[in-house]
Formats: sequence, C-alpha cells, structure tokens
Amino acid sequence: MQRYAPWKIISIFALILAAFLLIIPSLVGKDSVTRLQSHLPSWVPARQIVLGLDLQGGAHLLLEIDRTDVLKSMVLNLRDQVRGVLTEEKVRPPAVTQITRGWQARVPDPDQRARVLSKLNALAAPTGGLAAGGGSPTYDVKDVGDGSIQVTVTDAGVNDRVRHAIAPSIEVLKRRVDALGTTEPNVQQQGDDRILVEVPGLQDTTQLKELLQGTAKMVFRLVAQPGADPSEYDVLPSTEGGTVNVEKSVMVDGEDLIDAQPSIGQDGNPVINFKFNIRGGQKFAAVTADNVGRQFAVVLDNKVITYPVIRTPILGGSGEISGHFTSESANNLAIQLRAGALPAKLSIVEERTVGPGLGEDSINAGKKAAYVGAALVVIYMLITYGIFGVFANIALAIHISFIFASFVLLGSTLTLPGIAGIVMTIGMAVDANVLIYERIREENHAGRSIIASLDAGFTRAFATIVDSNATMMVVALILLFLGSGPVKGFAWSLIFGIMTSIITAVTMTRMMIALWYAYARPKKLPI
Amino acid sequence: MKLLRLAPENLKFGFMRFRRLSYPMSALLSIISVVLFLTVGMNYGIDFSGGTLLEMRAKSGDADIAAIRNTVDHLGLGTMEVQGFGTPSDVSIRFGTPPAGISADQAGAKVKEALGAQYDVRREESVGPRVSGELVQQGTLGVVVSILAVLAYLWFRFEWQFAVGAIIATMHDLLLTVGFFCVTKLEFNSTSIAAILTIVGYSLNETVVVLDRIREMMRKYKKMPTDDLIDTSVNAVVPRTIMTATTVFLALLALVIFGGEVIRSFSLAMMWGIFVATYSSIFICSPMLIYLGLRNDGSGPGEAPKRPGQT
Repeated sequence: MQRYAPWKIISIFALILAAFLLIIPSLVGKDSVTRLQSHLPSWVPARQIVLGLDLQGGAHLLLEIDRTDVLKSMVLNLRDQVRGVLTEEKVRPPAVTQITRGWQARVPDPDQRARVLSKLNALAAPTGGLAAGGGSPTYDVKDVGDGSIQVTVTDAGVNDRVRHAIAPSIEVLKRRVDALGTTEPNVQQQGDDRILVEVPGLQDTTQLKELLQGTAKMVFRLVAQPGADPSEYDVLPSTEGGTVNVEKSVMVDGEDLIDAQPSIGQDGNPVINFKFNIRGGQKFAAVTADNVGRQFAVVLDNKVITYPVIRTPILGGSGEISGHFTSESANNLAIQLRAGALPAKLSIVEERTVGPGLGEDSINAGKKAAYVGAALVVIYMLITYGIFGVFANIALAIHISFIFASFVLLGSTLTLPGIAGIVMTIGMAVDANVLIYERIREENHAGRSIIASLDAGFTRAFATIVDSNATMMVVALILLFLGSGPVKGFAWSLIFGIMTSIITAVTMTRMMIALWYAYARPKKLPI
Repeated sequence: MKLLRLAPENLKFGFMRFRRLSYPMSALLSIISVVLFLTVGMNYGIDFSGGTLLEMRAKSGDADIAAIRNTVDHLGLGTMEVQGFGTPSDVSIRFGTPPAGISADQAGAKVKEALGAQYDVRREESVGPRVSGELVQQGTLGVVVSILAVLAYLWFRFEWQFAVGAIIATMHDLLLTVGFFCVTKLEFNSTSIAAILTIVGYSLNETVVVLDRIREMMRKYKKMPTDDLIDTSVNAVVPRTIMTATTVFLALLALVIFGGEVIRSFSLAMMWGIFVATYSSIFICSPMLIYLGLRNDGSGPGEAPKRPGQT
C-alpha cells in the first residue's frame, strides 16, 4: 500500500465537505432553508432536492393536440378558400359539397376548370416552403373526371398545422396555469404533439382541467335575420338551450381583447367585463352603430354564450358579457380570455394526481426503508469484515451523501423509484467493497504478505469493478434516454450511484486502509 | 472476534457437473414462462392497459370494500375492480375505458362523487389507450436496446463465447422474471420495466464478475481442461457472490416491508431477479462456454484485451 500524499487526503476531505454542504439544506425543514441561507456564504447553493410529484403531491397532465379537431377546422377553412377561388373565376353557382376530409366543386367548363385547378394547386403548396412543410402539399387537389374537382386536406397538412400549434399552445397554457397562482408549475413540450403540465401541490384537478382544455376562441357575430340564405349563417348551439342562427362573418375577434375580469352584474349574477384594444374598440363601435336593434352573439368555442340586442352603439371599447355563469366558470373564462385562445383543441391523454398525504406517506416509507436497509447492510458488513467493514460502511455513508449531492447539484428530480434506485446502488457499492475484500482474503490465503495481498486485492478487483459497473452504466443510460417519468428517476439514481460508488469504494476505502495500515502495522490480516 | 462466513473456506464444488441438470430445468422453466405469458398473461397496470386508477382512503375507520363495490358497480361504467390496498382503510378502484359517450374524466368524477362523502382521493391516474400503447413500445424498446448495447460492450471486452453466454443467461433471467410476473399476478407497470432492466443489469453484473475470473484463470492455467478451469473460477468467486446477493437482498427486504405499496411489486420482482441472476451466472452462463467450444490450450480464440491495472 502506497503512502498517501497529504494533498490527496486534503482534497478527498474537501470533496466530502462539499457534498455535506450541498445536502444540509435538504435535511432541514422547508422554512429553515431561507434562515440557513443567510448564515452561509453566498456561493453555497442552499437548494433542496427537487422532489417528484409522486413524493410531494400534485397534478401531472399530458395533453395532446386533437388531430381530428385540427382536421375539422382545416376542412372548414378550406371551404372558404375554395369558394373564394370559385367566385374569383366566376363559376356559377360557386357551390361546394362536403366530402371526407374536404370539398368537391362542380366546374363543368374545361377552360374554367383548368384555371381553377391551377389556382387551387397554388393554394395547396405549404406556405412555409420546403423547410417547414417538408415538401409535401397541405391539400390534395384532383380532377375527378365528370367535371368536378376535389380538394382534401392531407396528413402532411395536418402534421404541419399540429407542429405549428405546439409553441403558441404552450405559451397560452403557461399563462393560464400561472393565473392559478401555484408555485413552480411546469409546462413543456413532449414529443411532436403533446404538452406536459405539472402543477406541484395541486390535488383537485377539476378546475385545472377545465382551464386547460377550452380553446377559448371568442368571437362576436351578428345573429342572422329571419329569412336569410341558409348558406350565409351557421346554426350554433346556445348555452341557454336550443340553437341560434349566426352570420358567418365575424364582427370582432377575441384577439382584439386586452382584458377580461370576472365581476358581479347588476342582477347579482357573475358576469365578465371585457376591454378591447383600439382597433377592436373601433370595429365594435362601428358595427354596433350600424346594427342598432339587431342581436349580436358572443360565441365561445362555437357555442353561443349570450345574444343580447344592441340597444345603443357600444363605444369606448369595453362591455359586459352575462351568460349563465357560476362565479367559478366566470373566473375560468376570464383567465382563458386573458391568456388568449389555443390554436387547436387539446385532449387529456394521461393524468396522474397524487394527494399531498400520499406523497408524504411515500417519502416516509422510502426514508424508513432506506434507514432499515442501510442499517441491515451496515451490520452485515461489520459482522463479516470487522474493521474492514467499518471502512466499507464509512465509504458507504459518503457514497450516499454523494448521490444526494449530485441530485442537488444537477437539479435532478428525486422520485419514489429514484429512492428504490438508491437502495439498489447501496447494494452495488457494497459489491465493489466485497469484491476487493474477498480478493484480499484470497491473495492472503494463497500465501502473500499482508501488503502484497492488499495491493493485489485492490488492483485485481478494480478491473472487475470497472467491467461490471460499465455494463450497469450502459443499462442505466439507456433507461435515461428511453424511459419516461418514473423510469428516468430510477435511471438518474443508478447513474449517480454507479459513478460515486467507484470513487468511494475504490479510492476512499483504499485511502482508509492505507492510513490504518500505516498506523496499526498489523502482523496478520483481520479478515 | 470471529467474523461471519456464509461460504466455506477453500470451496471445491463441481458446479459444472450440474449442467446436465440445470440446462433441462432452465429450458423447461423458460418454456413454461413463455407459455404462461401467452396464455395467462401478466397483470398489466393502467400504464400498459389504459384506464383509470383511483386510490382512496376512508375518512374514518376501515374501508368497506363490499359497499364500495356495490356502489361503483351501479354507476354503469363497465367492470370495476375494487381491492383492498396497503392499510385496511385504503382501497384501490380500477377500471378500463368506460363505455362510449363517457370520457375517462367523467367516469373518474362519477366515482369520486359517489364515494366522496366517506373517502378521500389519494391518487388518481388515468392513461389513454394510445399513450399506454406507446408506453408498451417504449418499454420493450428499452429492454431490447439495452441488451444489444450490453452485448456489444461484452463483445468488445471479452471473447465472443463470453458475450453469447452472458446474453443467453440474461435472456433466461428475463424470461423467468416474466414468468414470475405471470404467476404472482403482481401488477406490471412502467416501474416494473425499471425492475426488469435492473434485473438485466444485475444479471450482467453477476455474469461479468464470473467471466472476468474465468478469463483471468485462462491466462494463469493454460493447460487446465475447460471444465476444471471454470469450476475453479466459479469456486473462487462464490464467497463474493453469496455476500453480495445477501447484501442486496437485505436492502430489498427493507424496501418490501417498509417501502410502501407503490414500489412493493418492484422490490419483489428484484428479489426474484437476484436469485435467478445468481443462479444463471453460475449454472447457465459458465457451462455455456464449454458448449460454445471455448478451448483452453493457450491459443484460445483471440487474445483477451489487456485489463487496466493488470500486470
């Protein structure tokens, strides 16, 4: 056993001290952390370990952009575009009939048909060009023979729309979740068409789900006059029951809203006060001035909330919507209107909610298991290896604090499977020491001197430790890249555990044994 | 102080003779596992089967499972699985995709409404059918890719017979673990995938330790017949194997008893995995080297790469 240079011993102690500094904030209560921070120098990151939702309680929702809804709105949009082209080319009548995923138009005149086809083809090219649309057209335009043209939405078109809807959706969801006022909500993209929303501490998800799901597309449209051409209005359901015929053209768009607040109306029921920007205010004033005496409909997500009569022109750009609101639904709607509309409908494809009580129970169970497990291992090592067991146990304690320090340092999330992973790496770390000790015994039994046995034990076992830990590391890394949620948490603790176990089991145990040997000068190996 | 030894000193046990027994037995168990998997199948959790899980705790006293079953069966939401869970006041309610016209969300709300007066919701999970399908794919992919990656690593570090032996042993452990899930009906969820992959890791760890020693002995005793050589190597590592298996076993025992309901199936599977992995590293992987024709005449197939720290 070589002598250890003082600088080596000092740097190892510095490393251990650093690890302890990192984990101390996690050992004290949540409120003590700020107090602790004031006593420590500013360069010490007094952060606590980030606990997963399974340990602290909270809601985890996975939302997916609803492709059928995207397709539906694209098809609806397409109708106006096709009609536009037909009108431009003076096709009489500019009628289109709906088919699956698109529309069919009759254009009997061949010359006219050729011109319409070329215009529709220009429409079909992805607007973003090759880079954004992947080169495939958004619409499929074809001449079906009998004087008809079919235009349908392609899968590539839907994909393109979904891709473009993700980023603005995340922004809108962030604003909506922030309005809940909970601490550190997390909204992030997952895969191509999904958004993960995590809200720690929240247990009742009813409000959250309601808040997240509505697209909140609000428009103001005039109610159609009796006897109007049915192709010029839509029949929309009303929240008051029945249906309302509303004109297709939009008076004012919800995009022009700058504020919406819930309040109590004159009749004592909840209402929403809204305010337009200058452009919206002017448009609203102009339309209401022209249509005094008619009804206008407030349409939210294709449902008519209310359709009051315009008594006087509404100037000043603000107004009040009274529907059949409860104070909660008025509040939700106001949040949604302020946060803006979602570009597409979202559906919940995965939901996990853990109550804070269960989270606490899980932590306590995990802690208890860790303490008991560690105690069993420590005792077992002591009765098997005596003084060498003491060294192994010290290395083990340092190993565990290194794992927690890694969690703090890298800000990784500790989950319940993560605790299981730590218990697992305790076993793996002990294995490294066992390999070394058994090898030392073996070499000693084969007749080597004490010092030669110690040296041979460490060098020979090291190769095996590297091989076995490397295979384990391969598995852990794959878990990290391929796994989701709980598996990832497990992978992190395995990775941290494997890395630190090599350092502690080999380097630190070796140093302790070297120091012990220099001090005790044993005549016989005590294992 | 007398130190504890679980393995006798200077063990000389003819492990390799047992291959005539261990191979047919393992083959049989593997086939049974596959048959069980195809016929009985595993008890998939909602992660893989889709559906909703509600975990509730009685606000006071014990949970009345019969009454709950009666209540939820009358909600018209399809088959409801009501089970006691952990402590007597806990109950878990599981159901698949509800009948058409009702979303999983509404179904969950109905159950909560029906029981809300006496029970608190402790956990609610609901996984859509498309997501669960993807989780199955992801899990399978994880297992397959990790085995391939490890195979590549072993191929690089050892002779090919070692890599093949290690993979056969690992597949064996994997199959028997699947069989274990089929027999015990423990819930198979994404945490169980973590358990399976850890078993793969542990199994390889065990195998590598044995193979490492065999390779070392091959260089030391160039003239020894392969059977004897492997026996000597296995005997040399058995004390370590028993020691490590016991330690990990103790840690897992603590997890099973105190770790809570959520990771119990994980820990139980791991315990089984350790047992199988230890067995297969000795009785399946090592004899495989004989069958694969590993020759120990000093001119073995390819010189083993030099190991770090080896003189």
